[in-house]
Amino acid sequence: MSGPAPFAELLAAALIVLGASFALVGSWGLVRLPSLMERLHGPTKASTLGMGAMLLASVVWFQLGEGVWTTHELLIALFLFVTAPISANMIAKVHLHRLRTGEASEPPGPTGPPPPPPGKADWATHEAPHQGTPGDFAGD
Amino acid sequence: MTLSVLEGALAFGFAGLGLALAMNLWRLVKGPGVTDRILALDTMVINVIGLIVLAGIAGDSGTAFEAALLLAMVGFVGTVAYAKFLLRGDIIE
Repeated sequence: MSGPAPFAELLAAALIVLGASFALVGSWGLVRLPSLMERLHGPTKASTLGMGAMLLASVVWFQLGEGVWTTHELLIALFLFVTAPISANMIAKVHLHRLRTGEASEPPGPTGPPPPPPGKADWATHEAPHQGTPGDFAGD
Repeated sequence: MTLSVLEGALAFGFAGLGLALAMNLWRLVKGPGVTDRILALDTMVINVIGLIVLAGIAGDSGTAFEAALLLAMVGFVGTVAYAKFLLRGDIIE
């Protein structure tokens, strides 16, 4: 391991420690928090801050250590940042859907299920098209 | 033999991510809902991506990142497929 400036090594090491700490805290939150909607909160820190710091450490290491710009890491970070909210939204939708259909395996958590939204609307989970569904319903 | 700063940080990172994976596995086994299991699998994929990135730094290899990118894509598609299956009873309609 010759060549890399000590500053680059220190910066990469600090970013790795930061990223691993966030991953650890996120997974600890997944174990510790009482209901699914709260548990969704923990791993998002791991996937944005934790992975972001580790991928940045990799960029710093390969750039300052070997003088090579690697953009794969930024691509991974971009992909994770785009997809993490989508998968979290899908998981929350499944949770609401199963609460609504009364699945026995789905505990609502200490605060109970969320209150119904005002008006005739319902939470936006996937369901069969019915009277009043905009768009793809023949009777519209 | 003394560890350099980066080697110490890498050891800490591997240990932390391994512990995080063990906690995710506990949540995967414990449940209680099927959504908790999907969330645990999603988090496991995230942590494994971190492990691959750290392995790429430790091994000074650029090929680890293709694996990490592929795993990120496959993990996302897997999570969405689980969620779609539970919502609709089908994945591709």
